[in-house]
Amino acid sequence: MQNEKKVREPLFHIAKRPAIAWHKAWGIRALSILAALIFAGIVAMALTGENPLAIYATMIKGCFSSERRIWMLLQTLVMLLCVSLAVTPAFKMHFWNIGAEGQVLIGGLATAACMIYFGDKLPPWLLIIVMVICSMAAGAIWALIPAIFKAKFNTNETLFTLMMNYVGIQLVSYFVIVWENPKGSGHVGVINQVSQAGWLPTIGNQKYMLSVIVVLALTVFMYIYLKYSKHGYELTVVGESENTARYIGVNVNKVIIRTMLLSGAICGIAGLLLVGGTDHTISTTTAGGRGFTAIMVSWLAKFNPLYMIATSFLLAFFERGASEISTIFHLDQAFSDIISGIILFFIIGSEFFINYQIKFTKPAKEVK
Amino acid sequence: MFSSSVIITFLQRAVIQGIPLLYGSTGEILTEKSGNLNLGIPGIMYMGGIGGVIGAFLYENSLASKADANAFLAICIPLFSTILFSFLAGLLYCFLTVTLRANQNVTGLALTTFGVGFGNFFGASLVKLTKAEVPSVALTTTSAFFTKKLPFAANLGWFGKIFLSYGFLAYAAIVIAIVVAIFLTKTRGGLHLRAVGENPATADAAGINVNRSKYLATCIGSVIAGLGGLYYVMDYANGVWSNEGFGDRGWLAIALVIFAVWRPNFAIPGSIVFGGLYIIYLFIPGVSLRSQELFKMLPYVVTIIVLIMVSIRKKKENQPPASLGLSYFREDR
Repeated sequence: MQNEKKVREPLFHIAKRPAIAWHKAWGIRALSILAALIFAGIVAMALTGENPLAIYATMIKGCFSSERRIWMLLQTLVMLLCVSLAVTPAFKMHFWNIGAEGQVLIGGLATAACMIYFGDKLPPWLLIIVMVICSMAAGAIWALIPAIFKAKFNTNETLFTLMMNYVGIQLVSYFVIVWENPKGSGHVGVINQVSQAGWLPTIGNQKYMLSVIVVLALTVFMYIYLKYSKHGYELTVVGESENTARYIGVNVNKVIIRTMLLSGAICGIAGLLLVGGTDHTISTTTAGGRGFTAIMVSWLAKFNPLYMIATSFLLAFFERGASEISTIFHLDQAFSDIISGIILFFIIGSEFFINYQIKFTKPAKEVK
Repeated sequence: MFSSSVIITFLQRAVIQGIPLLYGSTGEILTEKSGNLNLGIPGIMYMGGIGGVIGAFLYENSLASKADANAFLAICIPLFSTILFSFLAGLLYCFLTVTLRANQNVTGLALTTFGVGFGNFFGASLVKLTKAEVPSVALTTTSAFFTKKLPFAANLGWFGKIFLSYGFLAYAAIVIAIVVAIFLTKTRGGLHLRAVGENPATADAAGINVNRSKYLATCIGSVIAGLGGLYYVMDYANGVWSNEGFGDRGWLAIALVIFAVWRPNFAIPGSIVFGGLYIIYLFIPGVSLRSQELFKMLPYVVTIIVLIMVSIRKKKENQPPASLGLSYFREDR
């Protein structure tokens, strides 16, 4: 029968959904995460030969079973959140800043430089102020360079910021050798181990408390900045349509540069927190891929800073949990990348079902 | 200043370094011409590399003795598994970005996370299986077939060294780049593909199947990029896989796409330039260890300069495809 028809009706077609109720959208996302968990469980079972429930129990234990582990999870979460907050205003402006990795590193590099060169010259409070200013300025400059070229010549920012990462990484590995301690080790070692000059203060005896507080403050700031400030409005309009922005009198170039300065400065703060607050050293892996993961965190949260707490929790949980699995079951650390990848694929795929619907073609009425 | 033998060695090493980049960027150019900015290329190259390693590992373990190795099988099995792995990775990317219209940057980065993790994980697992002392898998028997050179190359002096001293995959890279260049500029299929990358709505109106073009270009592009991983493991590294050994070459391949202004034929000399920039610090006398790190910046700095110049000069034929990075939905027109 089918062959006789000249035009074959497609089985279904795809249409854009009108705005979907938020609980439905989050229901779809929750379902996709569940599906991802089941699939990742099967993969983990195939690789370890263990019961998937035991694997997830191990993950949960790895994240929550002791106070130290909860703090580690929190630290992973807030650092990822910090970088995600940094890239969000740029993304909202449709400026694909994938250079956060480099911006964080350069911020960290500036922090380390202040600690090393001014550690014994400035009083502690002044040193920390200098560190804050230098790290933010360094991150901002690293973001400013592609922004200027984007504004002036419409240079492709995705590729430009991507390349800036590697320039930053090489710059850091240059300084790692300059500062290496002891000589020939290839590591900077703990900076100012004895004097602790430039170490950010610990609050309430908790190493990670400061990062948590700073990042939470940043989250609130970013939420208000994007939602209620004039700047936030302008960058959203530029993101939606540059022509509309011009028409209503927004100076597009100014907005691009201003937003990227903010984006880079927050990346600089992330570098400051990592180098001055927790690591007290610097290496090419200080940013640790957060610059790239942050892009996914921000995008999954629909660029909403409050949702980002949830999405960065999700990714931090998988990172810590998978690393626990790999220790317990003697798997390579890369296992966590595979699991994160699978989860991301599922969530990325689920967005389709939020934005589009599949309409099955009703059996055609016989028209004779 | 430099003796001629140093220059010959430098050129030869530059070519060897450049070949994986050439594979990666030829694949990425083909992909980008369809409007897909596949940032998963570094991951795909890892998957291609580990695919070859797994194939070779299985083959070597199935042999009773190393002397039984058969050239045809030793080449075809790793080749096939590389193609399979990188094809599946490309297919996944296409399914998410073309069929499900997901954001390309996010999907690509997720694929890179996944692919690099995949490579390192299975690499580490194989290392564990071999119970080796060093953290690497050595597949020298299979690799010997990949590195086999022309028998008379050694007798031809500098000419032989610069032009004839490579394994067959190196020549294949150049042939593939030329074929892709001819396909893109001289054939109807290439014209259609470029139309899809520039303006999918127009291409659709002209009766070109946009989704099929994107799928084909991206999957074939992934396979080509995956071969770069195979070349790296089997020829460059002589069959030794060590985790993170491939490094950031995948990103360098994406840089090369820009350097070659989206033309595979420019990518051939471009890859040699990049390969040369990558290792030039080894050949300049008196470069301190720390300055070497600054020299390694060169390929990226050069790419940034090219990117800026291309955008300032605004020559139409040197621009990225106009719809690069955007998903296409017919009803959005």
